[in-house]
Amino acid sequence: MIRWDWIASHGPLIWEVTAEHLKLTGLSMLFGFLLSLPLALTARRWPRLYAPLLGFTGVLFTIPSLALFVLLLPFTGLTSATAVIGLTIYTLYALVRNNVEGLRSVPASVMDASIAMGYTSKQRLWAVEIPLALPVIFAGLRVATVTTISLVSITALIGQGGYGRLFTDGFVRNFPTPLILGIVLSFMTALIADLLLVAIQRALTPWTRRRRAT
Amino acid sequence: MVISVLRDLMAWFVTMLPTLEPAGVPNRLFEHVWYSVAATVLAVLTGVPLGALVGHTRKGELLVVSLANGARALPTFGLVILVFLLFGLGFLPVLVALVVLAVPGVLTSTYAGVAEVEPGVVDAARGIGMTGMQVLTQVELPAATPLIMAGIRTAAVQVIATATLAAYIGLGGLGRYLVDGLATQDLAEVVGGAIVVAVLAIGAELLLGALTALLVPRGLRLLAKTNSDISD
Repeated sequence: MIRWDWIASHGPLIWEVTAEHLKLTGLSMLFGFLLSLPLALTARRWPRLYAPLLGFTGVLFTIPSLALFVLLLPFTGLTSATAVIGLTIYTLYALVRNNVEGLRSVPASVMDASIAMGYTSKQRLWAVEIPLALPVIFAGLRVATVTTISLVSITALIGQGGYGRLFTDGFVRNFPTPLILGIVLSFMTALIADLLLVAIQRALTPWTRRRRAT
Repeated sequence: MVISVLRDLMAWFVTMLPTLEPAGVPNRLFEHVWYSVAATVLAVLTGVPLGALVGHTRKGELLVVSLANGARALPTFGLVILVFLLFGLGFLPVLVALVVLAVPGVLTSTYAGVAEVEPGVVDAARGIGMTGMQVLTQVELPAATPLIMAGIRTAAVQVIATATLAAYIGLGGLGRYLVDGLATQDLAEVVGGAIVVAVLAIGAELLLGALTALLVPRGLRLLAKTNSDISD
């Protein structure tokens, strides 16, 4: 069912779609995270805004991805900007929710202690709250990354696509090899990205491991 | 450019909404709802009993969790096309693909809901002489309703989104507008179709939200209310 010689002779194409897949995922996650952090801080500062903010990102998340990409076409056309904007919007729900829940999970006693030690609120945010919120923030990053990697392929329908290009290629030529290769590579990319994020989180939050060891 | 798109869009809705032709919105909407309801119902019929079993017996937990994580990493678009290449055009292959995508979410949320019922409550139920089956159906499943329904909601919305991809392999449904409009560069059709799908997805989410409110047992609702009163 798989023509290995096709895979062997299409190395450059496979690299190209891999690079595109990673670029679209990376940019969307970067923009998504950069947007979600101030949104989460706003929701922490004004708790009343949290429910409407989460509701709004939830509604955006509900819109089927193909429809969302298509709705952006009148503004950005068949460009990679359309793909990145659409994918970024999809990351927001998981990221905003987990960033806020992460900041909320910081125990009040720790906050009180840091106030008593004379931390300004800015110092407290960066030195106490964000570090302690990291495990929950990373849980959101993991869900958003894995979801984004599988969504990228749909952007093949608007002229982008990464591995999605292999899917449409396999479809129009009725040729399963690129299709199966694309599914396997996309799946592996998601798993590797997930493992990487776990490794980064462990490196950034050594205390969570120490606690488990005792 | 945006103005002219809006004008074309209005014209599209005026011609496509009030027609019973196969390409009209009512028929496409019906097809889309039919695919989605069939897939979601089948996913619930497989996912809920299996998840309940795993949650109740605590056997095969690792398998369930890895299955759900793996399913999220699978590219839906590729899967739909693969099913088409392997089994050919038809409703059944697409239905299978949609069910395969929807089951893991329903399964894990049911499992998590049942497994996370307070042990004290389960012990009490056994203590008053309930059999395993009675504990599951009268205690664990009712207590797990909010989580199970959350899983079904997510699955239904995902199915509605994925059903648009069925049009790419030649089936009907609202995805037709997106795929055909993109192929013929008819922006009004594409955007019009996207709006109808988005409204359908949000409508399904709201409907299932209302159903959740009806299905959650009165005791749980009272408990939630008491807890929020205390924290206020």
